[in-house]
This record gives sequence, C-alpha cells and structure tokens, in this order.
Amino acid sequence: MSSPAVLRNRLLWPVLALVALLVLNVVVTPSFFSLRLQDGHLFGSLIDILRNGAPTLLIALGMTLVIATRGIDLSVGAVAAIAGAVTCTYIASGGDAWVGMGLALALCAVLGLWNGFLVSVLGIQPIIATLVLMTAGRGIAMLITEGQIVTVDSPTYREVGAGFLVLPIAILISLAVLGLVALVTRKTALGMLIESVGVNPSASRLAGVKARTIIWTVYVFAALCAAVAGLMISSNVSAADANNAGLWIEMDAILAVVIGGTSLAGGRYSLTGTLLGALIIQTLTTTVYTIGIAPEITLVFKAVVVIAVCLMQAPIRIRVRQGVPA
Amino acid sequence: MTEPVVDMRGISVEFPGVKALQEVDFRLFPGEVHALMGENGAGKSTLIKALTGVHPLAAGGIHYAGGSVSFGGPAQAQAAGISTVYQEVNLCVNLTVAENILLGREPRKFGRIDGKAMRARAAELLERIGLHIDPGSVLESHPIAVQQLVAIARAVAVDARVLVLDEPTSSLDADEVAELFRIIRVLRDEGVAVLFVSHFLEQVYEISDRMTVLRNGRLVGEYTTSEFSRIELVSAMLGREMGVLEEIERRSGTPGEPWLKAEGLGRKGSVAPFDLEIRAGEVVGLAGLLGSGRTEVARLLFGADKADSGRVLVGGKVVHLRGPRSAIEAGIAFSSEDRKAEGVVADLSVRDNLILALQAARGWMRPVPRKLADELVAKYMEMLDIRPANPEAVVGTLSGGNQQKVLLARWLVTEPKLLILDEPTRGIDVGAKAQIQKLVADLAAEGMAVLFISAELEEVVRIADRVVVMRDRQKVAELDGGAVGVDDVMALIAGGGDHGLDKGAQKAVVS
Repeated sequence: MSSPAVLRNRLLWPVLALVALLVLNVVVTPSFFSLRLQDGHLFGSLIDILRNGAPTLLIALGMTLVIATRGIDLSVGAVAAIAGAVTCTYIASGGDAWVGMGLALALCAVLGLWNGFLVSVLGIQPIIATLVLMTAGRGIAMLITEGQIVTVDSPTYREVGAGFLVLPIAILISLAVLGLVALVTRKTALGMLIESVGVNPSASRLAGVKARTIIWTVYVFAALCAAVAGLMISSNVSAADANNAGLWIEMDAILAVVIGGTSLAGGRYSLTGTLLGALIIQTLTTTVYTIGIAPEITLVFKAVVVIAVCLMQAPIRIRVRQGVPA
Repeated sequence: MTEPVVDMRGISVEFPGVKALQEVDFRLFPGEVHALMGENGAGKSTLIKALTGVHPLAAGGIHYAGGSVSFGGPAQAQAAGISTVYQEVNLCVNLTVAENILLGREPRKFGRIDGKAMRARAAELLERIGLHIDPGSVLESHPIAVQQLVAIARAVAVDARVLVLDEPTSSLDADEVAELFRIIRVLRDEGVAVLFVSHFLEQVYEISDRMTVLRNGRLVGEYTTSEFSRIELVSAMLGREMGVLEEIERRSGTPGEPWLKAEGLGRKGSVAPFDLEIRAGEVVGLAGLLGSGRTEVARLLFGADKADSGRVLVGGKVVHLRGPRSAIEAGIAFSSEDRKAEGVVADLSVRDNLILALQAARGWMRPVPRKLADELVAKYMEMLDIRPANPEAVVGTLSGGNQQKVLLARWLVTEPKLLILDEPTRGIDVGAKAQIQKLVADLAAEGMAVLFISAELEEVVRIADRVVVMRDRQKVAELDGGAVGVDDVMALIAGGGDHGLDKGAQKAVVS
C-alpha cells in the first residue's frame, strides 16, 4: 500500500530484465561493454544490438499505436518484404535508389490504407483483416521479385541498413522516428484521441472523435514503419528476399509492445516501454549467441525470458505489489 | 431482538491516499431489510466490498453468523451465504439465462454439464422470483431490467443468509420494482437478511425496516425507518439542512422561436415518426418507461442512430445528422444514459475526459492548449463540485455522480445550443442530483435548450417547461409544464390500451 513510486512504475520490470540480461552478458563476455571508434564508426556488442534491433524497434513503434486502438497488425513482416522487393527490383532495373525507396514507401502507405479500410470502414476484426495482407503480402513480394532473390549494388541504398554516422544509420532512423512519434502524439492531441478510442470506442464516437480517421492513420503509420524497417533489412544485405525478409518480425514487435507494458486490450500505451521491449528482445537474441546456448534451445530460452517478464507485469502481481483492490 | 447475522465493528478501509471508511459499525439482523444510505462517495459500496472481502480491512473486524470472519473475496463470501447483486449487471450476456443463473454451480452428470437439469433448475428459480422467461434464451436478448432480475435469481440460487442488493432498482420500471420488492419480502420472511442500497428514497421507505446512514466514510447513525422522517434522512445524508431540492422553480419565461424542429423523424424498429420542437431557453422533459422509445428519440436527434424517415431543422434550416459529429457541429450535445459504456473513457484522466469533445471538434492537429484545458478543468470542477478535485485522477476511480458531472462538463465546454441529457441523475446521490437539476435550470435560464430524459417523473415534472410522453415507441402526448402533475404524466405513460381514451387525453393536452 505504501510502496514507493518506483515500485509502482510499470516500466520497472522491463528495465530490470534488460539490466539483468546485460549483466549476464558482461559476466560471460567481460568485453561486452567495450566500444571502439574505428574510421569514425563505433563498434562493439552494444552497437550491434542497437543496429540489429533497429527494424524491430521501428515496427514495434507502429505496432504500439495500432495496439493502443485495440487493433493489431500482423502484416508488417510481409509489408517489410514488399518494401525491400520494390526498392531492389527498381534499383536492379537501373533506377535511382532514392526513387526506389520513395516508391516502396508509397506502395506500403497504400497497403496501410488497405488495412485501415478493412478495420475501420468494413469493421473486420484487426487480427483477421491484417492476416489477409500477412499472407498475400509475401505473394506480392514474390511477384515483384519474380521469385528471385534480387541483389543490388548501390552504395546509397547500402547506407540505410549498414551505414554509419558514428552510430549505425539504421538505429538513428529508428530513434528519430521514436522521437517524432513521441513529439507528434504528445504535443498534438493524437495520443490522447488514440487512447480514448482504444479505451472506449463508443464513448469516443459519441463525443465526436473521428475514430475512423484515427484508426486509419495508425494502420498507415504502422505500414510506413514496416516499410522503412524492410528497407533496413534489405539494405543491410543489399538484397531482397521475398520469403525471408522480416519473417516473424511482427511477433517480435508485438512482444516488444507487450513487454513494454502496453495492453493488447488497447488504451494507455508507452513508447518508452516499447523501446525497452525492443531492446530486451534484441539483447536476448544476442545473448543467446554470446553465451553459447545451443541453437536447438534458443527459442525455448527466449520464451522463458519473455514469459518471466510478462508474469512480472501480470495484473494480479501488480495488485499484490501495490495493495490496490481489484 | 435476535443476534445480528452480520456485525461489523470499527471498520476502516484505506486506499492509497484516501480513507474510504473510518471506524464504521454496521449490524444486519436476520429477517430484516436494511437500507444503507449515503451520498455517492459516502462509502456504501466500500462497506459492502469490505464485507464481501473485496477490500482488505485497515482496522476493525467482522462477525458473521456468530464467528469472526475475513473473506478472501466475493466467492468465499458467497460460499458462506452472502450473495451480492451489483449496481451494474455483472453477467455474461452471451450465455443463456440458465447458464448465467447457475454459472459455476452447474448440475453435472458423469462429469459433464447436464443441460436439461440446468434449465429445469433455472426455471424453478425463475419461477420462485416470478420471472417468466425461457431459461434457454440468450441473456443478451432480454432488456437490462430483466437481466437485473436474472442477476437476483442467480443470487438467490445459493441458499443465501445475506442478500446484498447494490442499487438493484436503478434500471427497473415501476412494475419491475414492485416485482423485485415482492421477491425481497418473500426472502425476508424466510429469514434472509437483505442489505439494500438505493437512491430512490420512496423505495427505501417502502421496503426497508431499518437503515444505516454513512457520510464521507463515517457512520452517521442507525435508524428505524418508521421513526425516521425523510427530511431527517436527507439531512443526515447531506449533513446540512435540506432545501436545495425544493429551490428549483420553473421559470415562466417566454422561450423564443423553436431552435430545433424534428418533423416526422423516426426509425423502423426503434421509434415511430414523431414531431418535436425545442426552443432556446426551454427545458423539455421526456418521460416514459424503460424501452418506451425515450432514449431512441435522443439518439435520433443526436445522429447516434440514423433516422430513416423525417428531417431535422435547426434554426429553420435542414441539417443532415449523419452521425454524432454533424450533430455536434450543429450545436447539439448528448450525454448517454450508459455512463460506463458510452460516457466516460475510464482509463483516462478527468482532464482528458473533460476536454474530449472539445478536442474531438478541433481535430488532433490542434490540441487544446494546456493552459486553456487547466482553466476549463478548474472552472468546471468548482462549478459542478467534482470530487476529488484532481485533474489527474483517473475517471474510472470516481464515484458515479462525479463521473456524471465530468460528462456534463465535457459537453458544457463545447458550449452547445441544445443539451440532451439521458438519465443524468440515475444512480447518483441526492446532493449531486440536486446540483445537476439546478445546473439544468441555470443553463436554460442562460438560453440553452435542454432535452431532459428521466425515469423519475417527479424530477421531469419539476424541472421541465414541457413534458413529452412516450409509450410503446411512440410519442403519445405533449404537456405544458405549468399545469402538469406527476399523476397526469403517469396516466399517459400507463395508457391502458383504450385508443379512444388515448386520443381524448392527447387532444386535451395538445389544445
């Protein structure tokens, strides 16, 4: 009942989990925290985590807003694959990298509109509505690449996923988007209206909130985030793989959001929580390699950590901890 | 007198930063109907939840059936014989009536649920409370009032020694209340102790034997109903001399041109086409039983439901109410009867809830400046006496009356021309009720048009300039407020199926 504020903070457990994972890594690999500057680039395990986690973080940001409106977007992985496919195919056919990326973003925005249309206008349940594109999207990507893995050799394009400005460009993009979303949602009324629609759609409608527009907006935003993440993934390897690019990344993104304390039931969301969630997931993946866990049990290990974090945040535990009645 | 079945002594309950109950004593005897009275936030629900083990006690002890008890939750309390029916129906609307009544206690056969036996047992229980519905029907298919009675059937399905009814009548009409009271008396005569919470004083005086009054989390006293006058009760609840309720007088001002005109507005299966005029500065009361179409009229005027016939004119011009937004743009505000589902956004703060409609009208690009929001919140918190006076408080934690005030404030900040209030005083205490009624009168005096819907006829008649009566999804009459009495309205609502008489009554009042 009189627990200090820090114990009541819903980000406490994600932070502790992240710290625990980092400590575990240092124990196993003493040089884990070491960073070195080489040719103006920072290198080190932490930088790798940030760079590899950038696409997940980006997609998780879009997912956070979608989930806050009581929705979910399963199609982000497929959308990411389409973005890579469009850009690489365009560049491979002799086009400019910037134009290619622009095309990819435009197409993905249309895909976001499609998802938003199904959910907000037709009223299809989000999990089903986005399942359509999750399945069909890979097919679209295959059509674009004609079933091939399209490789490109464009230094400009390579920068997106593999470039450095002291820090990896990918993580700079993701953090910039994080900052932008935080700014836009909290400095305008978008954040409050998203939460309002997520908490009580009927009351919001009667209060005159344009719920349809808001839901539409978050799906388009999620698709754009997925598109940029797809560019990062494909740029990092200078190739578009319609089958495997961004495979299961929607699951990591949803996990990141949930670990970050945003409820799948919609409503209040936490962008900081999502950042922590994405970092935990990426650190976990890295940890699995650094501490030499056998590949066969990698997924099991991941699952155990994830469920531990989720249990820590479970409502029943929070109630007990805070002494607040149900 | 016999030994009390429940004896609570020195009960204190604390929430972070709030002392919800302080050293309250409470006794409940077998075979009595005991009313627990108090304003919203007085601690009535908290006391009930302390008894049933929902809230842990900070101090004090509970004796039940002769022994000291401390329940771990409502399930334990129920197993021990204390059944509770809450204000808001807590049933699974997608299950059948029988499944709801026997949820968790289903008769089994070979380890599987015996559907036939379950329906038979449910039918028996429904019979006991005189509710004639098919136990196999889905609960959702019944009106809220019936669902409430099903909840009571569920509560008496266990052999309860104590039955707690928290605002059981707030969604029932007169017949259903009479039915409920009959059931309560049967149970009382069987020796069940009934704890009854209601805001309807009349009902309390009709049904209760004794009462306990709480105020601000403290015990005011325990009284015998027959020796305790209404004025004494109200002043015990409010802690001040009463007069507010009587203060509201109908102004005999001369309202101007009709601000809103509905011509033949209707919707199939919802409400038959009706005409209605509302003038600026006028309070129009809408009376009728639950399900008479009174809420449907409001929803059509607000565009919450789309009309399939007729039209609406605002200031002489036709407006197309495609949805709430277009109604809001036209200057119409609507506060739904269902606070929880269609009113408050429970997880957001009082501030966010209060500015929601204003913000929605501005669009997300133009946030309400923080300074303006704070000013509005401060203004309305003071004006409507919203408690706690904390803009950051999560609305879901406020009492019903205070949530209602937040909703009123939400619309008032948009400065509507027409304010439609559907049951704004349902389930809230006398003090808040008086405040809201007075506010409505003041708003009308300042030139706002108000459409006021309430199940409480006295309230409608008192504050309305004109009363529109609904029956069976039809507008049956329109009465001038000056001359109308509760009995007149009651007669029209009751109707009688005799068409000749209906028409006569209608003619008489229209002229």
